Amino acid sequence: MSQGNEISESVRPVGLMRKALKLRRTKIGLTVLLVIMVFALVGPFVAPHTQTEFIDMPNSLNIPDALFGTDYLGQDVWSRFLIGGRSILLLSLGATSLGLAAGISLGLIAALFRGKLDELIMRIFDVILSFPQILLALLLVSMFDASPWLTILSVGLSTTPRVGRVIRGAALSVVERDFVHAATALGESRFRILFFEVLPNVSGPLLVEANLRFTYSIATIASLAFLGFAPDPTAANWGTMIQENSAVIVVQPWGAMLPVIAIALLTIGTGLFGDGLSRVSAGIDRVGKGD
Amino acid sequence: MRVDVAANGCDIVDEVTLEISKGRVLGLVGESGSGKTTVGLAVLGHARRGVEIKGGQIFVGETEILAFDVEQKRLMRGALISYVPQDPASSLNPALRIGTQLREVLDAHNFGDSIEARDARIREMMAEVALPTDDEYLERYPHQLSGGQQQRIVLAMAFACRPSVIVLDEPTTGLDVSTQEHVLKTVRELARVHGVAALYITHDLAVVSELVDYVAVMYAGRIIEQGSVKDIFNNPAHPYTRHLVAAAPDIAGDHQIVGLVGRAPSPGKRPSGCVFAVRCELASDECRSQFPVAVQVSDHHSARCIKIGQLTSSLTMSSGVKTKQSTGEVIADIKRLSAGYSGNLVVQDVSIQIRRGQCLALVGESGSGKTTVARCLGGLHSEWTGTILFEGQEIAKASRQRQIDQRLGIQYIFQNPYGSLNPRRTVGDSIIRPLEISGKFASDIDKQLATVLDQVSLPSAYASKYPDQLSGGERQRVAIARALISKPELLICDEVTSALDVLVQASVVDLLSDLRNNLGLAILFITHNLPLVRSFADEVAVMSEGKIVEYGLTEAIIDNPQQEYTQRLISATPSIVRSMK
Repeated sequence: MSQGNEISESVRPVGLMRKALKLRRTKIGLTVLLVIMVFALVGPFVAPHTQTEFIDMPNSLNIPDALFGTDYLGQDVWSRFLIGGRSILLLSLGATSLGLAAGISLGLIAALFRGKLDELIMRIFDVILSFPQILLALLLVSMFDASPWLTILSVGLSTTPRVGRVIRGAALSVVERDFVHAATALGESRFRILFFEVLPNVSGPLLVEANLRFTYSIATIASLAFLGFAPDPTAANWGTMIQENSAVIVVQPWGAMLPVIAIALLTIGTGLFGDGLSRVSAGIDRVGKGD
Repeated sequence: MRVDVAANGCDIVDEVTLEISKGRVLGLVGESGSGKTTVGLAVLGHARRGVEIKGGQIFVGETEILAFDVEQKRLMRGALISYVPQDPASSLNPALRIGTQLREVLDAHNFGDSIEARDARIREMMAEVALPTDDEYLERYPHQLSGGQQQRIVLAMAFACRPSVIVLDEPTTGLDVSTQEHVLKTVRELARVHGVAALYITHDLAVVSELVDYVAVMYAGRIIEQGSVKDIFNNPAHPYTRHLVAAAPDIAGDHQIVGLVGRAPSPGKRPSGCVFAVRCELASDECRSQFPVAVQVSDHHSARCIKIGQLTSSLTMSSGVKTKQSTGEVIADIKRLSAGYSGNLVVQDVSIQIRRGQCLALVGESGSGKTTVARCLGGLHSEWTGTILFEGQEIAKASRQRQIDQRLGIQYIFQNPYGSLNPRRTVGDSIIRPLEISGKFASDIDKQLATVLDQVSLPSAYASKYPDQLSGGERQRVAIARALISKPELLICDEVTSALDVLVQASVVDLLSDLRNNLGLAILFITHNLPLVRSFADEVAVMSEGKIVEYGLTEAIIDNPQQEYTQRLISATPSIVRSMK
């Protein structure tokens, strides 16, 4: 077994990310995503005006001081656009992370323990899934006072069962593999088995799912803001901006169009990136089969 | 018939010339990855995705197959040449009744001129493969049949249109020996009665010795030797063939099996000279420069080796050590073990003892409950009653409830080395994990790692590799190293060689045998492979339907079985020695 010429490189097998980044769609998606993220995160620091400052007559264009004119109250559109991305982005990230953490844990537990616990978790998931995501979030937000935490919680909660089902499905085949039995025979703790043996082996579907959930979270949170359930109704927010300025879109298109374009690019970028990942992740199964 | 396959670029197979005459069976043997299946499919004018048939000719009678266009090939397949794949369960459509599937073949090739003729043909085929011919049976779905019956249905489909040539690609792999015996008998009779030329692809030399007339040995995409069965087994001319024969365990022979290090070069990495030169003990510079031409050894026996005649000494030797009653202390004592899955008892009243330095083989057909016994002992299955003593102390059911010394003292090695190592972890990390858990010997982990890798003959550089960079045999060595690092008393080997090629199997068994002798390990060896037991185990316990039917010294049981079940099992096992007599 010890042939000298066979011991060459001992590099890590090429990861999902690195493989995916060779696809053009992934590159484009990631670039778009990064650009929008930079806008949203850096924007508040470079905005020429504050978000509530009245600088001119409402719905004016061609104002020397404001690149894209003023909105329906006479506030600077460009400044509100630069400031309004951050909360959407952070809330979506928060909601996605919460949904992922809860979904991964419950999904893995369901797959490892099976039986009654599995049944219980999956039926609870079914109940949550039977509400459309936006309705569930609306229900929670309208029951309590709007706050960033409530938004994260409500969107995260509706994300959990979706992530959980995917992870459970992927993990079901992994927990049957012998290296999990080997770990069991050694007496490894269940926590270690779940998060150190099983989880790394479902990272493919997990990455794809995380991406998809992020896209949906953006859409849901923007919709909540559009419907008036933003944590702070006076603050600039892409969703709120679309709602406020959609009535005057013929007179002053930028107030609604800028956030629409940004949200669209954010979702398209995430989507392209996720599509690249899922293609590579599906392809991985085909590598190395056959004799 | 003549086959000449050459695929260039990155050649998978090259220089393949085979001839099969009517009513004869040619066995094509070789390790996995040697190109057997590629040749088998090429005979049908088919190449897998990404593979191309670049040159050569295939004649059936006077007809050249490769010159056909797509439509002609489609009509030819099944009618002129048919194919029997390895896994009957996946080659039958689970949603269609078997009668419908048999009829499909006949319909596709317009066999006979009426529905009645086809009906009659279906019944005739069913009778030929010794299955019931009534309507009730034909209306069954594949899942209602056993593995052996499914494979016979596939055989019936293959023979349905009376083809001239039939390619059988490992049709009995995955079947129990008694089922295998039935299927082999059917193949042999059908080929002889209907004058069909059969190409039988397999890695099992014992099956070949009992079934076929001629053998072609493949290595790294080349046919390196071919001849009659007697020539190949009694007088192998190519060094590789000699190793292959020496590595095959035999139920009727008492020779020790001998492995061979190294692995076959993969496509694209093959040397320009003799492909076997790297591993050959006779290799000289001359061998490395040019691929040898076929040398005629005798009538119908040729080999591609320039050193024919220089092979003198025999590789095989009688295992001087006869099995003896072991006197070491009892390591594991299983008393009246009964186990089941959600109420269904699959193991009943099993009592076995394993002593230090002793190997006890637990044999039986699939479903006999042997793996369940091993899983109970290894702490992987908790639904059992009875007592298990390990070093005199009773042990808990689940491994998690056992003491750390007990967990480390009993090590489990799994059947499939492709599944038992976490693909996301380096080999070294996987191996040292038992030490990390125990918190023992934490100071010199690196040294321990190097020691166990050395014990399983792997270079220490392997520690930083990932499992998918290793071959099957190497992975199984890693799994053994992981078991060894915690200095166990008892190894449970659950079909550890069944996923490996015969040469690799021999070297793994060699390794286990060394470990048993040098470290005084007790081994519980679970297998369905009786010949392997013969060459390795001290004691045998034969299991059937959850009970131990016979238990005693290996030689006594295999040479002189008392129970009818054991006798049947042994006589159904193909043997080279027996068929050479």
